[in-house]
Amino acid sequence: MAENQLHPNSWVDQYADYLFNYAIGKVSDVEIAKDLVSETFLAGLKSAKNYKGEAAERTWLIAILKRKVIDYYRKSNSKKGKAEVRMNFSYHDENEGDWLEEKVADPNGNLGSETIENEELGLALQLCIDRLPQKQSQVFTMKTIQGIPTEEICNELGINPSNLWVMIHRARTALMECLNQKWFNA
Amino acid sequence: MVQRMISCEKAADICTKAQYNEATFVERLKLKFHLIYCKVCAAYAKQNTKLTSLCSKANLHSFSKMEKEKMKERIRRHA
Repeated sequence: MAENQLHPNSWVDQYADYLFNYAIGKVSDVEIAKDLVSETFLAGLKSAKNYKGEAAERTWLIAILKRKVIDYYRKSNSKKGKAEVRMNFSYHDENEGDWLEEKVADPNGNLGSETIENEELGLALQLCIDRLPQKQSQVFTMKTIQGIPTEEICNELGINPSNLWVMIHRARTALMECLNQKWFNA
Repeated sequence: MVQRMISCEKAADICTKAQYNEATFVERLKLKFHLIYCKVCAAYAKQNTKLTSLCSKANLHSFSKMEKEKMKERIRRHA
């Protein structure tokens, strides 16, 4: 059985964006999510000696991030005091006698499931991007996710536009293959 | 007429640029024409366009290059 090993020097390139998107799904604040990712890496370094190689690096880092998210909510809860739940038990008389569960049904229920689906899609896509060759994922991310103009990317990376388009093309073709068919049939 | 016919390779190139609105009007016209008679490219173009809409739906975030460098530096210092 192949033992997994930690390679902290490649953590940022390999996992930072994935962890970032994961964190945003949990805390929905970009700056806090960034902090949590950075804390996750440092916590990972601290407890590297406890890593037994049973889980993949990514899984192990996600487990740390999950704990960081929980800690974050614990802290912000103790600051604000207990969460407050307000409920109006019966404002419509005609509803009297209905089950409480029916009254508190989330009116945005469908909206919620769409958000969850997009979050799932985001992480699936990010996983595929992380599997691309480093240069391709870098160019694809700059162009597609960050929306940086072609010329600027070329200047920054020292490539010419036709290089860029070849890399984008290869990345996109690989992503179409990598992304589960279920996303394309919808 | 010969000039107006494009290869599948060229079609794929234009199709990719078109995903970022960076294909010219003439290029898009040539692509449209190509897709009428080339079913393989038409299927590819459809998938490519779908990928674009999936990317925007996914609403991904990413660290900037500078932020990544800073994080790497911090890891190096703590390692």
